[in-house]
Amino acid sequence: MEQIILKNLGKPDSHKLENYAASGGYKAIQSALKMRPDNIVQMVKDSGLRGRGGAGFSTGLKWSFIPKDPTIQKYLCCNADEGEPGTFKDRGIMDNDPHLLLEGMMITSYAIGASVAYIYIRGEFDFGARRLDAAIDEAYAKGYLGKNMFGSNFSLDIYVHKGFGAYICGEETALLESIEGLRAQPRKKPPFPALAGLYGKPTVINNVETLACIPAIIEKGPEWFSKIGTEKSPGPKVFCVSGHVKKPGLYELPMGTTVRDLIFNHCGGMLTGRPLKAVIPGGVSAPLLTARELDTPLDFDSLAAKGSMLGSGAVIVMDESACMVKSAYIINRFFSHESCGKCTPCRDGTPWLTRVLKRIEHGEGNPGDIELLESLCTNIFGRTFCPLGDGAVMALRGHLKNFREEFQFHIDHKRCMAS
Amino acid sequence: MLSEEAKKEIEKALRKYPNKRSAVMDALRSAQKARGGHLEKADMDEIAVILEMQSVEVNAAAAFYTMYNIDKPVGRHHIQVCRNISCSLLGAEHLIKHMERTLNIKTGETTPDKRITLSTVECLGSCGTAPMMQINDDFHENLTEAKVDEILKGLK
Repeated sequence: MEQIILKNLGKPDSHKLENYAASGGYKAIQSALKMRPDNIVQMVKDSGLRGRGGAGFSTGLKWSFIPKDPTIQKYLCCNADEGEPGTFKDRGIMDNDPHLLLEGMMITSYAIGASVAYIYIRGEFDFGARRLDAAIDEAYAKGYLGKNMFGSNFSLDIYVHKGFGAYICGEETALLESIEGLRAQPRKKPPFPALAGLYGKPTVINNVETLACIPAIIEKGPEWFSKIGTEKSPGPKVFCVSGHVKKPGLYELPMGTTVRDLIFNHCGGMLTGRPLKAVIPGGVSAPLLTARELDTPLDFDSLAAKGSMLGSGAVIVMDESACMVKSAYIINRFFSHESCGKCTPCRDGTPWLTRVLKRIEHGEGNPGDIELLESLCTNIFGRTFCPLGDGAVMALRGHLKNFREEFQFHIDHKRCMAS
Repeated sequence: MLSEEAKKEIEKALRKYPNKRSAVMDALRSAQKARGGHLEKADMDEIAVILEMQSVEVNAAAAFYTMYNIDKPVGRHHIQVCRNISCSLLGAEHLIKHMERTLNIKTGETTPDKRITLSTVECLGSCGTAPMMQINDDFHENLTEAKVDEILKGLK
Protein backbone atom coordinates (compact mmCIF):
# COMPACT_ATOMS: atom_id res chain seq x y z
CA MET A 1 0.00 0.00 0.00
CA GLU A 2 0.95 3.65 -0.29
CA GLN A 3 3.23 4.63 2.58
CA ILE A 4 2.00 7.59 4.57
CA ILE A 5 3.91 7.50 7.85
CA LEU A 6 7.10 5.76 6.70
CA LYS A 7 7.16 7.26 3.20
CA ASN A 8 10.51 8.98 3.63
CA LEU A 9 12.34 6.21 5.48
CA GLY A 10 15.31 4.94 3.51
CA LYS A 11 15.60 8.06 1.34
CA PRO A 12 19.00 9.77 1.52
CA ASP A 13 19.16 12.54 4.14
CA SER A 14 15.44 12.17 4.81
CA HIS A 15 15.90 14.06 8.06
CA LYS A 16 16.75 17.36 6.37
CA LEU A 17 14.16 20.07 5.84
CA GLU A 18 15.01 20.65 2.18
CA ASN A 19 14.38 16.98 1.38
CA TYR A 20 11.20 16.84 3.43
CA ALA A 21 9.91 19.95 1.65
CA ALA A 22 10.99 18.63 -1.76
CA SER A 23 8.87 15.53 -1.22
CA GLY A 24 5.79 17.63 -0.54
CA GLY A 25 6.35 18.35 3.14
CA TYR A 26 5.13 21.52 4.88
CA LYS A 27 2.28 22.00 2.40
CA ALA A 28 -0.37 20.65 4.77
CA ILE A 29 0.50 23.14 7.51
CA GLN A 30 0.25 26.02 5.05
CA SER A 31 -3.22 24.85 3.97
CA ALA A 32 -4.18 24.33 7.63
CA LEU A 33 -3.18 27.87 8.59
CA LYS A 34 -5.79 29.15 6.10
CA MET A 35 -8.54 27.03 7.70
CA ARG A 36 -10.52 27.64 10.87
CA PRO A 37 -9.07 25.64 13.80
CA ASP A 38 -12.42 24.01 14.62
CA ASN A 39 -12.69 22.81 11.02
CA ILE A 40 -9.37 21.00 11.43
CA VAL A 41 -10.59 19.37 14.64
CA GLN A 42 -13.70 18.25 12.75
CA MET A 43 -11.61 16.84 9.90
CA VAL A 44 -9.54 14.76 12.31
CA LYS A 45 -12.73 13.57 14.03
CA ASP A 46 -14.21 12.63 10.65
CA SER A 47 -11.06 10.74 9.66
CA GLY A 48 -11.70 8.32 12.53
CA LEU A 49 -8.02 8.50 13.61
CA ARG A 50 -7.52 6.77 16.96
CA GLY A 51 -4.49 7.32 19.20
CA ARG A 52 -1.52 5.17 18.20
CA GLY A 53 0.09 5.20 21.62
CA GLY A 54 -2.04 2.28 22.72
CA ALA A 55 -5.32 3.51 24.11
CA GLY A 56 -7.01 3.99 20.74
CA PHE A 57 -9.04 7.03 21.79
CA SER A 58 -10.45 9.27 19.05
CA THR A 59 -7.82 11.93 18.37
CA GLY A 60 -10.29 14.54 17.10
CA LEU A 61 -12.53 14.04 20.12
CA LYS A 62 -9.53 14.46 22.44
CA TRP A 63 -8.72 17.76 20.74
CA SER A 64 -12.33 18.93 20.97
CA PHE A 65 -12.21 18.82 24.79
CA ILE A 66 -9.77 21.74 24.83
CA PRO A 67 -11.50 24.97 25.93
CA LYS A 68 -11.92 27.51 23.12
CA ASP A 69 -11.12 30.58 25.25
CA PRO A 70 -8.17 32.22 23.43
CA THR A 71 -6.91 33.94 26.59
CA ILE A 72 -6.00 30.62 28.27
CA GLN A 73 -2.51 29.19 27.65
CA LYS A 74 -2.69 25.73 26.07
CA TYR A 75 -0.05 23.11 25.46
CA LEU A 76 0.60 20.23 23.13
CA CYS A 77 2.83 17.40 24.37
CA CYS A 78 4.10 14.80 21.98
CA ASN A 79 4.53 11.50 23.76
CA ALA A 80 7.79 10.13 22.40
CA ASP A 81 8.64 8.16 25.53
CA GLU A 82 8.50 4.97 23.52
CA GLY A 83 9.16 2.30 26.11
CA GLU A 84 6.75 -0.59 25.66
CA PRO A 85 9.11 -3.51 25.01
CA GLY A 86 8.96 -4.54 21.35
CA THR A 87 8.14 -1.02 20.15
CA PHE A 88 10.45 1.05 17.93
CA LYS A 89 8.18 2.88 15.49
CA ASP A 90 8.37 6.36 17.02
CA ARG A 91 12.13 6.10 17.08
CA GLY A 92 12.03 5.19 13.37
CA ILE A 93 9.96 8.28 12.60
CA MET A 94 12.01 10.68 14.74
CA ASP A 95 15.41 9.40 13.56
CA ASN A 96 14.50 9.49 9.89
CA ASP A 97 11.67 11.94 9.36
CA PRO A 98 11.65 14.47 12.21
CA HIS A 99 9.98 17.13 10.05
CA LEU A 100 6.92 14.92 9.55
CA LEU A 101 6.45 14.90 13.32
CA LEU A 102 7.06 18.66 13.52
CA GLU A 103 4.50 19.35 10.78
CA GLY A 104 1.94 17.15 12.57
CA MET A 105 2.64 19.07 15.77
CA MET A 106 2.31 22.45 14.03
CA ILE A 107 -1.13 21.54 12.64
CA THR A 108 -2.27 20.10 15.96
CA SER A 109 -1.06 23.13 17.91
CA TYR A 110 -2.90 25.46 15.52
CA ALA A 111 -6.08 23.37 15.77
CA ILE A 112 -6.13 23.42 19.59
CA GLY A 113 -4.67 26.91 19.99
CA ALA A 114 -1.42 25.88 21.68
CA SER A 115 1.47 28.32 21.42
CA VAL A 116 3.99 26.01 23.09
CA ALA A 117 4.60 22.33 22.42
CA TYR A 118 6.98 19.83 24.00
CA ILE A 119 8.31 16.59 22.62
CA TYR A 120 8.89 14.21 25.53
CA ILE A 121 11.53 11.84 24.17
CA ARG A 122 12.93 8.98 26.22
CA GLY A 123 16.45 9.63 27.46
CA GLU A 124 18.02 6.69 25.68
CA PHE A 125 17.07 8.13 22.27
CA ASP A 126 19.99 10.53 22.15
CA PHE A 127 20.32 10.26 18.38
CA GLY A 128 16.62 11.01 17.87
CA ALA A 129 16.76 13.95 20.27
CA ARG A 130 19.69 15.44 18.34
CA ARG A 131 17.83 14.92 15.07
CA LEU A 132 14.76 16.69 16.48
CA ASP A 133 16.81 19.59 17.85
CA ALA A 134 18.48 20.03 14.46
CA ALA A 135 15.12 19.84 12.65
CA ILE A 136 13.61 22.43 15.01
CA ASP A 137 16.57 24.75 14.37
CA GLU A 138 16.07 24.35 10.61
CA ALA A 139 12.37 25.14 10.95
CA TYR A 140 13.03 28.30 12.98
CA ALA A 141 15.63 29.45 10.47
CA LYS A 142 13.04 29.16 7.69
CA GLY A 143 10.33 30.93 9.66
CA TYR A 144 8.34 27.70 9.93
CA LEU A 145 8.34 27.98 13.71
CA GLY A 146 8.31 30.92 16.09
CA LYS A 147 6.45 34.19 15.83
CA ASN A 148 4.06 34.48 12.90
CA MET A 149 5.21 31.21 11.38
CA PHE A 150 4.77 30.91 7.61
CA GLY A 151 3.80 34.60 7.65
CA SER A 152 0.55 33.82 9.46
CA ASN A 153 -0.93 35.26 12.64
CA PHE A 154 -0.08 32.04 14.46
CA SER A 155 3.02 31.60 16.62
CA LEU A 156 4.42 28.38 18.00
CA ASP A 157 7.53 27.26 19.88
CA ILE A 158 8.49 23.59 20.02
CA TYR A 159 10.96 22.24 22.59
CA VAL A 160 12.50 18.83 23.18
CA HIS A 161 12.26 17.49 26.74
CA LYS A 162 14.48 14.49 27.40
CA GLY A 163 13.40 11.78 29.80
CA PHE A 164 16.02 9.75 31.63
CA GLY A 165 14.91 6.15 31.94
CA ALA A 166 11.40 5.65 33.31
CA TYR A 167 8.76 3.66 31.40
CA ILE A 168 6.00 5.24 33.47
CA CYS A 169 6.57 8.57 31.68
CA GLY A 170 4.65 7.10 28.75
CA GLU A 171 1.55 7.39 30.96
CA GLU A 172 0.31 10.83 30.00
CA THR A 173 -0.08 12.39 33.43
CA ALA A 174 3.26 10.97 34.61
CA LEU A 175 4.76 12.57 31.51
CA LEU A 176 3.34 15.93 32.61
CA GLU A 177 4.75 15.52 36.11
CA SER A 178 8.13 14.75 34.59
CA ILE A 179 8.13 17.90 32.44
CA GLU A 180 7.24 19.87 35.55
CA GLY A 181 10.42 18.57 37.19
CA LEU A 182 8.76 16.19 39.63
CA ARG A 183 8.98 12.45 40.20
CA ALA A 184 6.98 10.98 37.34
CA GLN A 185 4.06 9.44 39.17
CA PRO A 186 0.63 9.41 37.51
CA ARG A 187 -1.95 11.99 38.55
CA LYS A 188 -5.49 11.35 39.64
CA LYS A 189 -8.01 11.78 36.83
CA PRO A 190 -10.26 13.77 36.61
CA PRO A 191 -9.35 16.47 36.02
CA PHE A 192 -8.22 15.25 32.62
CA PRO A 193 -5.27 16.97 30.91
CA ALA A 194 -7.61 18.60 28.38
CA LEU A 195 -8.82 20.83 31.21
CA ALA A 196 -5.89 20.81 33.65
CA GLY A 197 -2.73 19.37 32.16
CA LEU A 198 0.78 20.78 31.94
CA TYR A 199 1.27 23.54 34.54
CA GLY A 200 -2.46 23.19 35.22
CA LYS A 201 -3.36 24.39 31.70
CA PRO A 202 -5.40 22.64 29.00
CA THR A 203 -3.11 20.13 27.31
CA VAL A 204 -3.33 17.59 24.51
CA ILE A 205 -0.95 14.63 24.69
CA ASN A 206 -0.55 12.68 21.44
CA ASN A 207 1.77 9.89 20.39
CA VAL A 208 4.40 10.43 17.66
CA GLU A 209 2.69 8.13 15.15
CA THR A 210 -0.69 9.78 15.78
CA LEU A 211 0.80 13.20 15.02
CA ALA A 212 2.58 11.81 11.95
CA CYS A 213 -0.84 10.94 10.47
CA ILE A 214 -2.13 14.52 10.68
CA PRO A 215 -0.46 16.15 7.63
CA ALA A 216 -1.86 13.47 5.30
CA ILE A 217 -5.38 13.89 6.72
CA ILE A 218 -5.24 17.63 5.99
CA GLU A 219 -3.77 17.13 2.55
CA LYS A 220 -5.88 14.23 1.29
CA GLY A 221 -8.99 14.61 3.40
CA PRO A 222 -10.66 12.66 6.17
CA GLU A 223 -12.67 10.51 3.78
CA TRP A 224 -9.52 9.23 2.08
CA PHE A 225 -8.00 8.37 5.45
CA SER A 226 -11.11 6.62 6.75
CA LYS A 227 -11.15 4.30 3.74
CA ILE A 228 -7.81 2.79 4.74
CA GLY A 229 -7.97 -0.01 7.32
CA THR A 230 -11.18 -1.09 9.00
CA GLU A 231 -14.36 0.86 9.62
CA LYS A 232 -13.77 1.27 13.35
CA SER A 233 -9.95 1.43 13.23
CA PRO A 234 -9.24 3.44 10.10
CA GLY A 235 -5.90 4.45 8.69
CA PRO A 236 -2.44 2.99 8.34
CA LYS A 237 -0.59 1.43 11.27
CA VAL A 238 3.11 0.95 11.76
CA PHE A 239 3.78 -2.54 13.11
CA CYS A 240 7.08 -3.20 14.88
CA VAL A 241 7.98 -6.82 14.29
CA SER A 242 10.67 -8.53 16.35
CA GLY A 243 11.64 -11.99 17.55
CA HIS A 244 11.79 -15.20 15.54
CA VAL A 245 10.98 -13.89 12.04
CA LYS A 246 13.15 -13.70 8.92
CA LYS A 247 12.73 -9.98 8.34
CA PRO A 248 12.03 -8.06 11.54
CA GLY A 249 11.46 -4.32 11.29
CA LEU A 250 8.85 -1.62 10.75
CA TYR A 251 5.90 -2.35 8.46
CA GLU A 252 3.29 0.26 7.58
CA LEU A 253 0.13 -1.60 6.60
CA PRO A 254 -3.61 -0.96 6.79
CA MET A 255 -5.20 -1.47 10.19
CA GLY A 256 -6.80 -4.90 10.21
CA THR A 257 -3.94 -6.73 8.48
CA THR A 258 -3.94 -10.24 9.94
CA VAL A 259 -1.13 -11.59 12.09
CA ARG A 260 -0.58 -14.34 9.52
CA ASP A 261 -0.31 -11.91 6.59
CA LEU A 262 2.13 -9.73 8.52
CA ILE A 263 4.43 -12.55 9.61
CA PHE A 264 4.29 -14.90 6.63
CA ASN A 265 3.89 -12.50 3.70
CA HIS A 266 5.52 -9.28 4.79
CA CYS A 267 8.17 -10.54 7.21
CA GLY A 268 9.21 -13.59 5.19
CA GLY A 269 7.96 -16.13 7.72
CA MET A 270 9.66 -17.76 10.68
CA LEU A 271 13.39 -17.32 11.26
CA THR A 272 14.17 -21.03 11.21
CA GLY A 273 12.15 -24.12 10.34
CA ARG A 274 10.66 -24.20 13.84
CA PRO A 275 6.92 -23.55 13.91
CA LEU A 276 5.30 -20.52 15.50
CA LYS A 277 4.31 -20.93 19.13
CA ALA A 278 2.99 -17.55 20.28
CA VAL A 279 2.69 -13.94 19.20
CA ILE A 280 2.45 -10.91 21.43
CA PRO A 281 0.42 -8.54 19.23
CA GLY A 282 0.76 -5.14 20.89
CA GLY A 283 3.76 -4.77 23.16
CA VAL A 284 4.41 -6.87 26.25
CA SER A 285 1.28 -5.67 28.08
CA ALA A 286 -0.88 -7.34 25.43
CA PRO A 287 -1.92 -10.95 26.20
CA LEU A 288 -0.34 -13.29 23.67
CA LEU A 289 -2.07 -15.10 20.83
CA THR A 290 -1.35 -18.72 19.95
CA ALA A 291 -0.69 -20.35 16.59
CA ARG A 292 -4.44 -21.08 16.33
CA GLU A 293 -5.23 -17.34 16.32
CA LEU A 294 -3.09 -16.13 13.44
CA ASP A 295 -6.05 -14.98 11.38
CA THR A 296 -6.88 -12.30 13.92
CA PRO A 297 -6.87 -8.86 12.30
CA LEU A 298 -4.49 -6.41 13.92
CA ASP A 299 -6.80 -3.55 14.88
CA PHE A 300 -8.17 -2.14 18.14
CA ASP A 301 -11.51 -3.96 18.17
CA SER A 302 -10.55 -7.36 16.72
CA LEU A 303 -7.78 -7.78 19.27
CA ALA A 304 -9.99 -6.57 22.12
CA ALA A 305 -12.54 -9.21 21.07
CA LYS A 306 -9.79 -11.83 21.44
CA GLY A 307 -9.04 -10.61 24.96
CA SER A 308 -5.82 -8.92 23.86
CA MET A 309 -5.01 -5.46 22.54
CA LEU A 310 -3.35 -3.61 19.69
CA GLY A 311 -1.39 -1.48 22.13
CA SER A 312 1.59 0.10 20.44
CA GLY A 313 1.55 -2.32 17.49
CA ALA A 314 4.65 -4.17 18.67
CA VAL A 315 4.39 -7.71 17.33
CA ILE A 316 6.77 -10.11 19.11
CA VAL A 317 7.00 -13.51 17.47
CA MET A 318 8.11 -16.66 19.30
CA ASP A 319 8.79 -20.09 17.85
CA GLU A 320 8.62 -23.49 19.56
CA SER A 321 12.03 -23.00 21.19
CA ALA A 322 10.71 -20.17 23.39
CA CYS A 323 10.00 -21.03 27.02
CA MET A 324 6.78 -19.40 28.16
CA VAL A 325 7.84 -19.40 31.80
CA LYS A 326 10.98 -17.50 30.89
CA SER A 327 9.00 -15.10 28.71
CA ALA A 328 6.53 -14.45 31.53
CA TYR A 329 9.43 -13.94 33.95
CA ILE A 330 11.29 -11.48 31.71
CA ILE A 331 8.15 -9.48 30.98
CA ASN A 332 7.12 -9.38 34.61
CA ARG A 333 10.60 -8.40 35.75
CA PHE A 334 10.27 -5.41 33.43
CA PHE A 335 6.99 -4.22 34.99
CA SER A 336 8.33 -4.73 38.47
CA HIS A 337 11.45 -2.70 37.58
CA GLU A 338 9.33 0.08 36.09
CA SER A 339 6.65 0.31 38.78
CA CYS A 340 6.75 3.93 39.93
CA GLY A 341 6.03 3.06 43.55
CA LYS A 342 2.94 5.20 43.95
CA CYS A 343 0.40 2.51 44.79
CA THR A 344 0.77 -0.65 46.85
CA PRO A 345 -0.77 -3.33 44.61
CA CYS A 346 1.70 -2.51 41.83
CA ARG A 347 4.72 -1.54 43.94
CA ASP A 348 4.57 -4.66 46.11
CA GLY A 349 2.60 -6.98 43.84
CA THR A 350 4.77 -6.88 40.73
CA PRO A 351 8.06 -7.74 42.54
CA TRP A 352 6.22 -10.56 44.35
CA LEU A 353 5.09 -11.95 40.99
CA THR A 354 8.66 -11.65 39.74
CA ARG A 355 10.06 -13.58 42.72
CA VAL A 356 7.62 -16.44 42.18
CA LEU A 357 8.20 -16.50 38.42
CA LYS A 358 11.95 -16.45 38.94
CA ARG A 359 11.90 -19.49 41.20
CA ILE A 360 9.64 -21.41 38.82
CA GLU A 361 11.90 -20.49 35.89
CA HIS A 362 14.99 -21.64 37.82
CA GLY A 363 13.52 -25.01 38.77
CA GLU A 364 12.82 -24.02 42.35
CA GLY A 365 9.07 -23.59 42.12
CA ASN A 366 6.74 -24.94 44.81
CA PRO A 367 3.44 -26.77 44.41
CA GLY A 368 0.76 -24.10 44.61
CA ASP A 369 2.88 -21.40 42.95
CA ILE A 370 0.57 -21.14 39.94
CA GLU A 371 -2.37 -20.55 42.26
CA LEU A 372 -0.28 -18.00 44.14
CA LEU A 373 0.42 -16.15 40.87
CA GLU A 374 -3.28 -16.15 40.06
CA SER A 375 -4.21 -14.85 43.47
CA LEU A 376 -1.62 -12.05 43.20
CA CYS A 377 -3.01 -11.14 39.78
CA THR A 378 -6.49 -10.82 41.27
CA ASN A 379 -5.15 -8.49 43.93
CA ILE A 380 -3.37 -6.24 41.42
CA PHE A 381 -5.74 -6.09 38.45
CA GLY A 382 -8.13 -3.16 38.48
CA ARG A 383 -6.79 -1.97 41.83
CA THR A 384 -3.90 0.16 40.68
CA PHE A 385 -3.66 3.87 40.06
CA CYS A 386 -2.62 3.58 36.42
CA PRO A 387 -2.56 0.82 33.78
CA LEU A 388 1.01 -0.37 34.52
CA GLY A 389 -0.13 -2.95 37.07
CA ASP A 390 -2.93 -4.08 34.77
CA GLY A 391 -0.39 -4.51 31.97
CA ALA A 392 1.73 -6.79 34.14
CA VAL A 393 -1.30 -8.92 34.99
CA MET A 394 -2.65 -9.08 31.43
CA ALA A 395 0.71 -10.28 30.14
CA LEU A 396 1.02 -12.98 32.80
CA ARG A 397 -2.59 -14.14 32.48
CA GLY A 398 -2.09 -14.52 28.72
CA HIS A 399 0.88 -16.82 29.37
CA LEU A 400 -0.92 -18.83 32.07
CA LYS A 401 -4.14 -19.22 30.11
CA ASN A 402 -2.46 -20.72 27.07
CA PHE A 403 0.63 -22.42 28.50
CA ARG A 404 -0.29 -23.46 32.03
CA GLU A 405 1.18 -26.93 31.49
CA GLU A 406 4.64 -25.40 30.92
CA PHE A 407 4.51 -23.69 34.31
CA GLN A 408 3.35 -26.95 35.93
CA PHE A 409 6.13 -28.89 34.18
CA HIS A 410 8.75 -26.45 35.48
CA ILE A 411 7.45 -26.92 39.03
CA ASP A 412 7.07 -30.72 38.83
CA HIS A 413 10.25 -31.58 36.93
CA LYS A 414 12.55 -28.69 37.88
CA ARG A 415 13.40 -28.09 34.24
CA CYS A 416 12.08 -26.57 31.04
CA MET A 417 9.62 -28.24 28.72
CA ALA A 418 10.57 -26.18 25.64
CA SER A 419 14.36 -26.25 25.55
CA MET B 1 31.59 22.74 41.01
CA LEU B 2 29.57 22.38 37.83
CA SER B 3 31.60 22.98 34.70
CA GLU B 4 31.09 26.18 32.71
CA GLU B 5 29.67 24.10 29.89
CA ALA B 6 27.14 22.44 32.19
CA LYS B 7 26.11 25.84 33.53
CA LYS B 8 25.62 27.13 29.99
CA GLU B 9 23.49 24.12 29.15
CA ILE B 10 21.36 24.72 32.23
CA GLU B 11 20.87 28.36 31.19
CA LYS B 12 19.72 27.14 27.78
CA ALA B 13 17.35 24.58 29.33
CA LEU B 14 15.76 27.26 31.51
CA ARG B 15 14.59 29.12 28.42
CA LYS B 16 12.33 26.22 27.44
CA TYR B 17 10.01 26.34 30.42
CA PRO B 18 7.81 28.79 32.33
CA ASN B 19 9.25 27.53 35.66
CA LYS B 20 12.77 26.75 36.78
CA ARG B 21 12.01 23.34 38.26
CA SER B 22 11.22 21.91 34.81
CA ALA B 23 14.88 22.27 33.85
CA VAL B 24 15.96 19.81 36.55
CA MET B 25 16.22 16.80 34.24
CA ASP B 26 18.34 18.63 31.68
CA ALA B 27 20.47 20.08 34.48
CA LEU B 28 21.12 16.66 36.00
CA ARG B 29 21.92 15.28 32.57
CA SER B 30 24.46 18.03 31.92
CA ALA B 31 26.01 17.60 35.37
CA GLN B 32 26.30 13.84 34.91
CA LYS B 33 27.92 14.28 31.52
CA ALA B 34 30.38 16.83 32.90
CA ARG B 35 31.43 14.43 35.66
CA GLY B 36 31.97 11.62 33.19
CA GLY B 37 28.90 9.53 33.83
CA HIS B 38 27.68 9.93 37.40
CA LEU B 39 26.26 12.46 39.84
CA GLU B 40 27.39 13.48 43.31
CA LYS B 41 25.63 15.32 46.10
CA ALA B 42 27.59 18.50 45.35
CA ASP B 43 26.17 18.57 41.81
CA MET B 44 22.63 18.24 43.07
CA ASP B 45 23.16 20.91 45.72
CA GLU B 46 24.46 23.32 43.10
CA ILE B 47 21.56 22.56 40.76
CA ALA B 48 19.17 23.17 43.66
CA VAL B 49 20.58 26.67 44.12
CA ILE B 50 20.35 27.52 40.41
CA LEU B 51 16.80 26.18 40.06
CA GLU B 52 15.62 27.52 43.43
CA MET B 53 14.70 24.06 44.68
CA GLN B 54 15.51 22.17 47.87
CA SER B 55 18.45 19.77 47.52
CA VAL B 56 16.22 16.94 48.61
CA GLU B 57 13.81 17.73 45.78
CA VAL B 58 16.60 17.56 43.20
CA ASN B 59 17.75 14.29 44.73
CA ALA B 60 14.20 12.91 44.69
CA ALA B 61 13.86 13.71 40.99
CA ALA B 62 17.26 12.21 40.17
CA ALA B 63 16.64 9.03 42.17
CA PHE B 64 13.43 8.34 40.26
CA TYR B 65 15.11 7.91 36.85
CA THR B 66 17.34 4.93 36.19
CA MET B 67 19.81 6.73 33.91
CA TYR B 68 21.12 9.05 36.62
CA ASN B 69 23.99 7.25 38.34
CA ILE B 70 23.97 8.78 41.80
CA ASP B 71 27.29 8.17 43.61
CA LYS B 72 27.98 5.32 41.19
CA PRO B 73 30.94 6.18 38.97
CA VAL B 74 30.95 4.31 35.67
CA GLY B 75 33.80 3.45 33.33
CA ARG B 76 34.71 5.56 30.30
CA HIS B 77 32.58 3.23 28.25
CA HIS B 78 29.28 2.32 29.83
CA ILE B 79 27.93 -0.77 28.11
CA GLN B 80 24.23 -1.36 28.63
CA VAL B 81 22.97 -4.60 27.15
CA CYS B 82 19.26 -5.04 26.57
CA ARG B 83 17.88 -8.17 28.22
CA ASN B 84 14.18 -7.72 27.50
CA ILE B 85 12.05 -10.15 25.55
CA SER B 86 12.95 -9.47 21.89
CA CYS B 87 16.69 -9.39 22.61
CA SER B 88 16.39 -12.42 24.90
CA LEU B 89 14.67 -14.44 22.16
CA LEU B 90 17.71 -13.80 19.96
CA GLY B 91 20.38 -14.65 22.50
CA ALA B 92 20.98 -11.63 24.76
CA GLU B 93 21.81 -13.77 27.82
CA HIS B 94 24.46 -15.59 25.85
CA LEU B 95 26.06 -12.28 24.81
CA ILE B 96 25.97 -10.96 28.38
CA LYS B 97 27.76 -14.10 29.64
CA HIS B 98 30.25 -13.79 26.81
CA MET B 99 31.04 -10.19 27.75
CA GLU B 100 31.35 -11.07 31.44
CA ARG B 101 33.91 -13.73 30.50
CA THR B 102 35.79 -11.52 28.06
CA LEU B 103 35.96 -8.52 30.39
CA ASN B 104 36.41 -10.70 33.49
CA ILE B 105 33.77 -8.73 35.40
CA LYS B 106 30.18 -9.42 36.41
CA THR B 107 27.18 -7.41 35.27
CA GLY B 108 27.06 -4.20 37.32
CA GLU B 109 30.85 -4.04 37.71
CA THR B 110 33.59 -1.87 36.22
CA THR B 111 36.94 -3.12 34.95
CA PRO B 112 39.81 -2.29 37.37
CA ASP B 113 41.29 0.14 34.81
CA LYS B 114 37.96 2.08 34.84
CA ARG B 115 37.66 1.49 31.12
CA ILE B 116 34.36 -0.37 30.93
CA THR B 117 31.22 -0.75 33.04
CA LEU B 118 28.88 -3.56 32.09
CA SER B 119 25.16 -3.17 32.86
CA THR B 120 21.97 -4.78 31.69
CA VAL B 121 18.90 -2.70 30.86
CA GLU B 122 15.30 -3.21 29.89
CA CYS B 123 14.08 -2.47 26.36
CA LEU B 124 15.93 0.28 24.48
CA GLY B 125 13.48 0.42 21.58
CA SER B 126 15.67 -1.34 19.06
CA CYS B 127 13.82 -4.66 18.95
CA GLY B 128 13.84 -5.10 15.18
CA THR B 129 17.63 -5.13 15.28
CA ALA B 130 17.99 -7.38 18.33
CA PRO B 131 20.12 -8.30 20.13
CA MET B 132 21.49 -4.87 20.90
CA MET B 133 23.38 -2.77 23.40
CA GLN B 134 24.11 0.87 24.06
CA ILE B 135 27.63 2.17 24.73
CA ASN B 136 27.45 5.68 26.21
CA ASP B 137 25.03 7.38 23.78
CA ASP B 138 25.42 5.05 20.81
CA PHE B 139 23.37 2.01 19.83
CA HIS B 140 25.02 -1.17 18.55
CA GLU B 141 22.57 -3.51 16.86
CA ASN B 142 22.24 -6.98 15.30
CA LEU B 143 24.96 -8.21 17.63
CA THR B 144 26.81 -11.49 17.35
CA GLU B 145 29.62 -12.79 19.51
CA ALA B 146 32.14 -11.83 16.80
CA LYS B 147 30.68 -8.34 16.45
CA VAL B 148 30.79 -7.84 20.21
CA ASP B 149 34.47 -8.92 20.28
CA GLU B 150 35.24 -6.40 17.56
CA ILE B 151 33.43 -3.60 19.43
CA LEU B 152 35.09 -4.42 22.77
CA LYS B 153 38.51 -4.34 21.12
CA GLY B 154 37.82 -0.80 19.90
CA LEU B 155 37.02 0.59 23.36
CA LYS B 156 40.18 2.35 24.50
